[in-house]
Amino acid sequence: MTDSTRSEFEERSQGAYVEEEDTQGGRMTINMGPQHPSTHGVLRLVLDLEGEIVRDVRPVIGYLHTGMEKECEDCTWRQAVTIVTRMDYLAPFHNELVYSLAVERLLGVDVPPRGQAIRILMTELNRISSHLVWLATQGMDMGAVSMMTYGFRERELLLDFFEMVTGLRMNHNYLIPGGAWQDLPDGWQAAVEDFIAIFPGRLAEYEELLTGNPIWRQRTQGVAVISREQALALGATGPTLRATGLAWDIRKAFPYSGIERYTFEVPTASQGDVFARYQVRLEEMRQSLAIVRQVLDSMPEGDYKNMDPKITPPPRAELTRSMEAVIHHFKLVTQGYPVPAGDTYVSIESPRGELGAYVISNGETLPYRVHVRDPSFANLQSLPTMMRDTLVADTVAAIASVDPVLGGVDR
Amino acid sequence: MDEPQQPMDPAAQAAQTVATVTARFPGAVQARPSLPGEAVVTVEAGRWPEVARWLAGDGGFSFLSDLCGVDWPHRTPRFDIVCSLTDLATPRRLRVVIGVEDGDPPTLDSVTGVWPGANWFERETYDLFGIVFAGHPDLRRILMPDEWEGHPLRKDYSVGKVPVEYKHLSPGH
Repeated sequence: MTDSTRSEFEERSQGAYVEEEDTQGGRMTINMGPQHPSTHGVLRLVLDLEGEIVRDVRPVIGYLHTGMEKECEDCTWRQAVTIVTRMDYLAPFHNELVYSLAVERLLGVDVPPRGQAIRILMTELNRISSHLVWLATQGMDMGAVSMMTYGFRERELLLDFFEMVTGLRMNHNYLIPGGAWQDLPDGWQAAVEDFIAIFPGRLAEYEELLTGNPIWRQRTQGVAVISREQALALGATGPTLRATGLAWDIRKAFPYSGIERYTFEVPTASQGDVFARYQVRLEEMRQSLAIVRQVLDSMPEGDYKNMDPKITPPPRAELTRSMEAVIHHFKLVTQGYPVPAGDTYVSIESPRGELGAYVISNGETLPYRVHVRDPSFANLQSLPTMMRDTLVADTVAAIASVDPVLGGVDR
Repeated sequence: MDEPQQPMDPAAQAAQTVATVTARFPGAVQARPSLPGEAVVTVEAGRWPEVARWLAGDGGFSFLSDLCGVDWPHRTPRFDIVCSLTDLATPRRLRVVIGVEDGDPPTLDSVTGVWPGANWFERETYDLFGIVFAGHPDLRRILMPDEWEGHPLRKDYSVGKVPVEYKHLSPGH
C-alpha cells in the first residue's frame, strides 16, 4: 500500500480497526466491539461491509465467559443459586426460579401457595425492570437520550423494591429450591401499590415520546426484519419471536409456579422488525403489571417455602429448643441436602425468551451438571439474518432490539 | 396460534410421545427412565441424523430448545448429547439423549441441517467437551479463546488446575 492510498484508507475507516480490505471488490472487514457502548456489554461483531451496506455479520462472543456451569458443579444445590443468579444479570429472579424449579422437580417437593405467588410477583416485576433497561438503551442507541434517563429512573423504583425484599439490588439469591429465602417484608403491599399507581402514566409518557415520533419510526420500521420461519429455525424466542406474529409464551404453553391462575394476554406484532419488538415489549410491561396487580390482590397467607427440615434450615428459635433442629441445621450447613439421581429440563419465560435449565443429579449433595439454555445465546444467532444487506447505521438498532445480555450469553 | 387447548395429563402425553417415536424407529430409539411427565428417549449415535430429520418433520418437533453435552468419565459411552425438543403446536416436549463413544476426537453427526439453531449449541458443546460434530459448517470454539487447550466441562478438567498468566509482569516481580 502506498502512502497516498494508506492515508485515504485511514480516512475512510475513520480510526476504526480494519482487519482486512479487498480493494478490488470494495469489501471491508471491520470490527465492532467488544468495547463499544452500543454492543450492550462485550459483544463483538465482525462486519463485512460494502460501503454502507452490511453484507455479512459474524457475532463473536465469550468475552464474559467465567465457567459458571463448571462452578455450579463445585457448589451444593443451595449454593449454586448464587452462581445462576449472576448469569443473565438483568433477570436474576428468572435465573433463580428456573434452577429452583429444576431442583424441586428432582427432589419431588412442592412450593406452598404463598411461595409461588412471591415467585410470580418477583419475576413479573423483574420482567418490567429488564424491559425498562432495554427501552432505555434502545432509545439511547436511536438518539432518544431522554428515554435512557426515563427508563433507568423507573427501573430504580423496582430495584429499590427488590432491595427492600431481598437486601440486594441485583443477584438476589432469593428464590431458592423450596420457595423463597424469606417472607416479604412489612409494607411490601404499599411499595407495590405505589409502583402500580405511578407506572401506567409513565408508560403512556414513553409512548407519547416514541410511538408517534417520525424519527423513531424511520429508524425502527422495516429495520432488521426477520420472518417467523427464520426465527423459529434459528431458535429465537421471546419478544423477537412474538414480533413475527406467533403467540408462543412458555407461561401459557408450560405454566409454572401457578402462573395459569392469573389472567394475562400474550402480545404479538406481525412485522418482525425493530418497531414490532418495541410494540411487543411495551405491551408486555402492561401485562406484567396486570399480573402483579392480581398477585397483590390475592396473595395467600401461609408458608413462603417448603418447611421440610431435610431441605430447609429450621427457624432460628427452634435451635435453642430442639436437638433435632440443631442436627438438621448442622447437616444442611456443612454438607447440604442430597438430591435423588435423575435429570430434568425445565424452562420459563424470561424477558428475553425461553430460559431453560437442564440439571443432572447423581444422588449427591452437589449437582452433577447444570446447563442453562439462555435465550440471549439463541437469539443472537438470528442477528446475521436480520442484518444482512442493511445499513451500518441500523446495526445498533438491530443489536438493541434483540436485547442480548452477555452475562447470560457467555455464562 | 390459538390458545393452547386444555393440556392432557402430562404423564399420559409423555408416554404417548415416547411410544410414537420408539415405534417409528424400533431398536434405534429406546425409552429411557425419567421423572413423571417427561418424555425421554435414547437414540443410537449412527441413526441420529435420520431420527432428527423425522423428528423435525413428521414428528412435529420443529423447534430445538437446547442441546448440550454431559461427561460420564467412568461409563461407556463416555459422553451424552442431550437435545430438548419442543412441539409448539401441541405443546409438548421430548428429550433425546445420544451416547457418544470417547475417541480422538469423539464424533457425532451435526444436526445444523435439520435445526439451523443447533449451530451455536454444537459449537458450545465442541468447545467445552471436545465433541466434534461432523458436517457442522463452522465448528470453532465459541466461549473459550481460540488457542485454549483442553475442554473445561469435562470431568477430568479440574477447576483449580488452570495456570494463571501474568503477562504484563516481568520475571523480577
